[in-house]
Amino acid sequence: MKTLLILGGGTGGTMVANRMHELLDSSQWRIIVVDRDEMHYYQPGFLFIPFGVYKPHEVVRPKRNFLPSDVEVVFSDIELIEPDKNQVRLAKDNRVIQYDYLVIATGSHIRPDEIEGMLDGGGWQKNIFDFYTLQGATKLADFLRTWEGGRLVLHVAEMPIKCPVAPLEFVFLADWFFHERGIRDKVEIVYSTPLSGAFTKPQATAVLGDLLARKGIDLVADFNISEVDNSKQVIKSWDGREVPYDLLVTIPTNMGAEVIERSEMGDDLNFVPADKHTLQSTQWENVWIIGDAGNVPASKAGSVAHFMLDVVVENILRHIDGLPPRPDFDGHANCFIETGFDKAVLIDFNYETEPLPGKYPLPGIGPLSLLKETHANHWGKLTFRWLYWNVLLKGGEIPVSSQMLMAGKWAS
Amino acid sequence: MTTAELLNGIEFDKDGYMVDAGAWTPEIAEALAAEEGITLTDRHWVVINFARQEYAANGDAPTIRRITKRTDVSTKELYQLFPDGPAKQAARIAGLPKPTGCI
Repeated sequence: MKTLLILGGGTGGTMVANRMHELLDSSQWRIIVVDRDEMHYYQPGFLFIPFGVYKPHEVVRPKRNFLPSDVEVVFSDIELIEPDKNQVRLAKDNRVIQYDYLVIATGSHIRPDEIEGMLDGGGWQKNIFDFYTLQGATKLADFLRTWEGGRLVLHVAEMPIKCPVAPLEFVFLADWFFHERGIRDKVEIVYSTPLSGAFTKPQATAVLGDLLARKGIDLVADFNISEVDNSKQVIKSWDGREVPYDLLVTIPTNMGAEVIERSEMGDDLNFVPADKHTLQSTQWENVWIIGDAGNVPASKAGSVAHFMLDVVVENILRHIDGLPPRPDFDGHANCFIETGFDKAVLIDFNYETEPLPGKYPLPGIGPLSLLKETHANHWGKLTFRWLYWNVLLKGGEIPVSSQMLMAGKWAS
Repeated sequence: MTTAELLNGIEFDKDGYMVDAGAWTPEIAEALAAEEGITLTDRHWVVINFARQEYAANGDAPTIRRITKRTDVSTKELYQLFPDGPAKQAARIAGLPKPTGCI
């Protein structure tokens, strides 16, 4: 009996388990998934919780429900990965699992402890909140429900972060939320980023920067945070600037799982080095990555994990057959950007091609529009939650290509 | 040779980074630093040498986090040495392409 071991039962790990369960012969292979948390979180939904659009129970379901019954699921912390011995040590019962193939899907996580004064300055979850955890998003919802206004600063600590458009969506939705509550004139909204503009790619930066300006949201660019000083209610940058806040919403440093660091398998942010086109570990040929656990320079987003799925599954099967991996992953990402007032922007891009305007997924028809604010895009985003739970996690096919297509895009 | 003459024969991309990292010399670093208003000290050279070494090994200029983790230069000192953004400024003076950063 051979073993496929999947570390992490989030979006990426669950999809791989489901797809491999269909493709591998169950008389020869066993599939094991290890995760510390019994609950599966629909992370794109966290964004909506602070504004009361989603309730916490709408974004949480038991992980077990999304995995086939003959896949073994172990809920345990992982002590150590020992890739030179093809084994993983678990905390639970000191169990050691030997594997033939390992898929690392341990994700990325916020690390507020990386920023001086963030956790220990007295403001954490009082007037400083994250929304990348269910707990943070829920506490922020409680805070916002009764907040009477002031200066809201959203800051991004350093790149890369999971879902790089989420911070922008947060300030767009905040603008809408305070309008609806009738206190927009009592709230200043500031967007602070280490980037030189609203986003990383030129055309999207222009469109999104323009949206910030139109919504009266101030942009503070090139701001690399050195410290939170909650006694003065300012964030400070390494080059000596200060931005005052009443309410600070933080996107802290994002890092890979601590077990990656303990196992000495990661880079400086605990992301596992992998080939950006084959998704194979650069060090161990039977180790593969999916989603945001790896260091490939693609967006750390669920859509990217989905587009990686076909490639990683095919390449593991090819490896089993003694064939070389195919360099088929192109960095494809596809992100809805909620902009408030029931509208959204959609962007579609890869390693080589920046987000461009056009129609999606059907060239010339849509119904979704790229790099443009529309109502249809917003309904697309809301529909996606259903697709996520019912189709995507189960490794099912969604009618969009894993590789990015130029058809339907208007390149200048 | 004057600074202008030294930089004259060098090809730069649209962002002002050297196209050919192999054509770099320590003298060019001095000239590029001067353009940015920086006089290079031993501490600058710790960073520049590390950046070149990283580029040779990984094909990309190092991030701030990597520089501070792998050298004895702290983030605070790094910003004092290269006030206009250490990762980019150090890469430019070290004759490396603009750091690719992230998406």
